Amino acid sequence: MSLPPFQQLLDAHGRDVHRFLIATVGRGDADDCYQETWLAALRAYPRLTDASNLRSWLFTIAHRKAIDHVRGRRRHAVPVADVPEQPEPVPPNGTPDIWPHVRTLPPKQRTALALRYLIDAGYPEISSVMGTSEEAARRNVHEALKRLRTEYQR
Amino acid sequence: MTTTIEQALRNIPEQPLPDLEAAAAAGGRVDVAYATLDSPVGTLLLASTPRGLVRLAYLDHADEAAILQDLATRISPRVLSAPRRLEEARRELDEYFSHARRRFELPLDWRLTGPGFGRRVLQVTSKIPFGQVSTYKEVAGRAGSPRGYRAAGNALGANPLPIVVPCHRVLHAGGGLGGYTGGLERKQLLLALEDVSA
Repeated sequence: MSLPPFQQLLDAHGRDVHRFLIATVGRGDADDCYQETWLAALRAYPRLTDASNLRSWLFTIAHRKAIDHVRGRRRHAVPVADVPEQPEPVPPNGTPDIWPHVRTLPPKQRTALALRYLIDAGYPEISSVMGTSEEAARRNVHEALKRLRTEYQR
Repeated sequence: MTTTIEQALRNIPEQPLPDLEAAAAAGGRVDVAYATLDSPVGTLLLASTPRGLVRLAYLDHADEAAILQDLATRISPRVLSAPRRLEEARRELDEYFSHARRRFELPLDWRLTGPGFGRRVLQVTSKIPFGQVSTYKEVAGRAGSPRGYRAAGNALGANPLPIVVPCHRVLHAGGGLGGYTGGLERKQLLLALEDVSA
């Protein structure tokens, strides 16, 4: 089997992986997670036996890195009360950024939303990346939307 | 109201993508690094492995994606754009084109030419000095097979490292130009750059 040059994956998915990580770990940690994700992918790449869904493979790695990062954070957490990481910029089209709110949801819901809306993943892909059933993937998205509707959109 | 939230979820303020080249280099996991270089003979694609420069191609004569796929298949799929890893090659080529260099010193990785007569032809060719020319027959002879000038021509035609392995310095015995991977105008340009009248 012949794998495409690694650069092709980076060109095709680099930006989406970065957006996904901004959504799941936040602005401040996204860059570190991004580097870790791509280095892990680069290391494992030649051993890959199935090139049919490289995007899911990459997001599975990114998802794991995000989990590790959040766990590491919690372990080394310094008790500083809710310091805003950085002022959250407003997207160019003027809609206020909803993602800081999304980050207050349980991690699984947040990840499912990021996959569903930032990279347009369907439920089979979300369940494959997160290692859950398709039903659970669907539930995570719906629960998250429900909570956002009550908490964010008043 | 549902649409508002779903639309909002599709937008996330972005920030510049971190540069991976340094991290990948530190991780030591780039098997093939590549970069492009603008030169008087057109845009060149350069690729190197930890052993040395492995491929040089004229981009108007070959499709970049096809070359990179070939490197991925034949060497390793860990192919990354990494201009810093090609700094030495780019500097030597720039110097060559600006008449400040007559000999390339950068290490070469010969692996794209299988060991045997073809590789010997290229290695003999790499020793033809700047501004001098040889013939297919002579090169074949030095590579160990005086009658193998056709095979020598084929090996030179498939040279994965033109310019650096100066196949443009090999001509027909009668003085004809012969062929060239990057087109005959290029062969003439390179010979003119070296002040060879051919």
